[in-house]
Amino acid sequence: MNSKVRDTLVEGVVPSVVALMIALVVGDILILVFGESPLAVYRLLLEGTWGNAYGLGQVLYKATTLIFTGLAVAIGVRAGLFNIAAESQLAAGGFAAAMTGLLLPATVPAVVAIPLCMLAAMAAGGLLGGVPGVLKARFGAHEVIVTIMLNFIVLALLSYLISAHFHVPESLHTEEIRTGSIPRLTAASSYFAGSAANFTIIVALIAAAAVWVLLFRTRAGYELRAVGLQPEAAEYGGVKVPSVVIRTFLISGALAGLGGINYVLGYKHYYEEGFASGAGFLGIAVALVGRSHPLGIVLSALLFATLSQGGLAVNALVPKQMVEVLQAVVIIAVMTSIPEVRRALRGARPVPAT
Amino acid sequence: MTTPGSQLPGSPDVAVSMQNIVKSFGAVQANRGATLEVRRGEVHAIVGENGAGKSTLMRILGGLYPPNSGVVTVHGRTVTGWSTAEAIDAAVGMVHQHFMLVPTLTVAENIVLGRELTRGPFMLDRMRSERAVADLAMKTGLLVPAGRRVDELSVGEAQRVEILKALYRGARTLILDEPTAVLSPREVEELWQVLRRLRSEGDTIILITHKLDEVMAISDSITVMRHGETVEQLRTADTNPAEIARAMVGRDVALPAHAGSTGAVDSRSVALELKDVRVRSTRGTVAVDGLSLAVARGEILGIAGVEGNGQTELIEAIAGLRDIESGSITLSGASPEDISDSSVEARARAGLSHIPEDRHLRGLVLDYSIEDNLILGMHRQFTKSGLLDRDRIADNARRQIAAFDIRPPDPHQQARALSGGNQQKIVVAREMGRDFGVLLAAQPTRGVDVGAIEFIHARLREARASGKAVLLVSADLTEILALSDRVAVMYGGKIVSMQARAEASEESLGAFMTGASRVTAA
Repeated sequence: MNSKVRDTLVEGVVPSVVALMIALVVGDILILVFGESPLAVYRLLLEGTWGNAYGLGQVLYKATTLIFTGLAVAIGVRAGLFNIAAESQLAAGGFAAAMTGLLLPATVPAVVAIPLCMLAAMAAGGLLGGVPGVLKARFGAHEVIVTIMLNFIVLALLSYLISAHFHVPESLHTEEIRTGSIPRLTAASSYFAGSAANFTIIVALIAAAAVWVLLFRTRAGYELRAVGLQPEAAEYGGVKVPSVVIRTFLISGALAGLGGINYVLGYKHYYEEGFASGAGFLGIAVALVGRSHPLGIVLSALLFATLSQGGLAVNALVPKQMVEVLQAVVIIAVMTSIPEVRRALRGARPVPAT
Repeated sequence: MTTPGSQLPGSPDVAVSMQNIVKSFGAVQANRGATLEVRRGEVHAIVGENGAGKSTLMRILGGLYPPNSGVVTVHGRTVTGWSTAEAIDAAVGMVHQHFMLVPTLTVAENIVLGRELTRGPFMLDRMRSERAVADLAMKTGLLVPAGRRVDELSVGEAQRVEILKALYRGARTLILDEPTAVLSPREVEELWQVLRRLRSEGDTIILITHKLDEVMAISDSITVMRHGETVEQLRTADTNPAEIARAMVGRDVALPAHAGSTGAVDSRSVALELKDVRVRSTRGTVAVDGLSLAVARGEILGIAGVEGNGQTELIEAIAGLRDIESGSITLSGASPEDISDSSVEARARAGLSHIPEDRHLRGLVLDYSIEDNLILGMHRQFTKSGLLDRDRIADNARRQIAAFDIRPPDPHQQARALSGGNQQKIVVAREMGRDFGVLLAAQPTRGVDVGAIEFIHARLREARASGKAVLLVSADLTEILALSDRVAVMYGGKIVSMQARAEASEESLGAFMTGASRVTAA
């Protein structure tokens, strides 16, 4: 491995690792405050997640959605854009997938139905992503404000559609889709019996690989990253910055929207009000901790999924909110340690001399 | 190494002494045993190519970095590895190359920042601040409008504010890092007057510079650095520019001579033509005001002028980075092509190359590698069905790095890590290493060392010799005069003078640059 690659790796990984250690220390203190032994709590957390088939399955299931929303946020960050609307794009994607699955006759085979549902999910998420993209590119509207507001509008609209038109009486979900279900992992190995883990995780991994290729191997990615790093230089290089902004938001929204199939096609087989339950927002944390790199995002999605599943496992000893506190500490620690740790690492390396 | 005037470090005459300073950043040694001795009350010039370690040495003196080894003494007191606060307390002040001013605050507010004068525990005393600043300005001759906002100042004024900031904090030893890079000849002369005045009051001045005429004009003694070492310590009175340049580069250098044109310009072969072009600045004011000009094949047209007279907007408009309000821009390849509304990319395809004035803002993506920067703007040609063609990108990088002697010759190195001269070579390699008919060269050698200047000038002359049209914008009159076949002076968004090289001189141009004389262009 040449030194350049090693430097990049060190700079990419060390801050996140340092942040995790800080979070562990804070976690220790919290656990001690509750009068429990940190070791016992962490053991319980691991046993309840990676230590048994059901727990692991749940971790994989939760990580799947987070990979999609993490990628959605990350591709924006790479272009210097902040997509806060992954939450509503995720919900809209799930809704579109469910509607497609409901509209298609039951006779349509899965090989056709699943791709159609996926396309619908991506189209719905992408369409919503296009709104802040166009508003920013055309009118200079700040995408953070626009996406925050879009969350309210879209979630309210979906809520209305479900409760007024599409719900099964006495529930807040639609009917089950007729076709387009994605099989559970149980279908391949009985090991995962009972958990929600399904083959959407393969789609998530393919999406991560595709985002990597897009960012680092294509002309579009070269332009996208240049816009994120130095828009003036990109413009000088003939890159049409506004169209990159729109394109990036379309892709970002489509990725978040595609995440909706994990719940709708892979788990419940219907759309349910509020199923996103913060996975879109947690995607921001996943992207930041994963340093906006697809591989980092897969790992950090697993970490956050472990924490949120582990919260249920440790509930016997400490309140499960403790794990939410830990998630927040990880995020704050990453945000703090990135500049600090990077500076420390850079201090040992050349700076331009005059 | 010669050590004239052998003062002992502890002698009361010595203001600053730095002995055997070593400073490395990772594997790169910026200083490897550098030595500096500055006497009290002198103007001491530190010269050397980019990457010679001048700025690093001064940052160590200013307390920004501790050295790995070596001894720093100031007025006989050992201060090795001190902090910036300690340096300021010891009356050592730094004026940075890039201004560190808050644009939305007034001159007085900027100067007192960190040492605000207050009324009671919380209230700022603006009146007293402005008075204190005005007094200091009067005393030093650094005239600035104390109540004006910094973003309304000219570059020259902003620099005076920087110097006043250091003096306000009590500096008696002033370090100036390339202070004249952005000044007009007249502002440079004013700066020299201020420095002479400070010197006469016993202040010590250390000046980092590339420009040998400045060294000769203002300094009393000179330290020449190369590759992180001190190679020569000279008394200005006993040396000459050729000797200094040889010490800097380590070999004989052809200094920019006033070389004339290499043949008559065929006025029929116009390559770039502007007619009545009007362009607005970002702030909405008219920056280019009905300007017309034509550049012929095989000609370098130099545009002289104090910065901020519309040169930036003019070049951006031609390059397609800024819309024109009226007028037309025509590029004449095989047939004339109106590019007034073309995209940046279309203009590049039509044969327009552009060395932008600010390589850190536009010319490079600093976090991209050398090889990725070498395709910026041409990246479409290095793509195969949407994917970057890594083999050809690497090939291109190898060729360009060799042809333009970019150092380090590692195509994967981040552009950010390179010295200014080598960063500029990336831009020049990219813009001149391809097929082009017209080259816009804006400040092509700003902040670049003597060796690289020589190299870039040679490339520009080659481009002219091979029939390219070059539009050169430079704040450096020496450069304009060394390269141009015709010289235009831009003032207030217009061309106020157009002179053939043979007629042009610093004096004849200087009068137009300051707006003192106004003759409409021929």
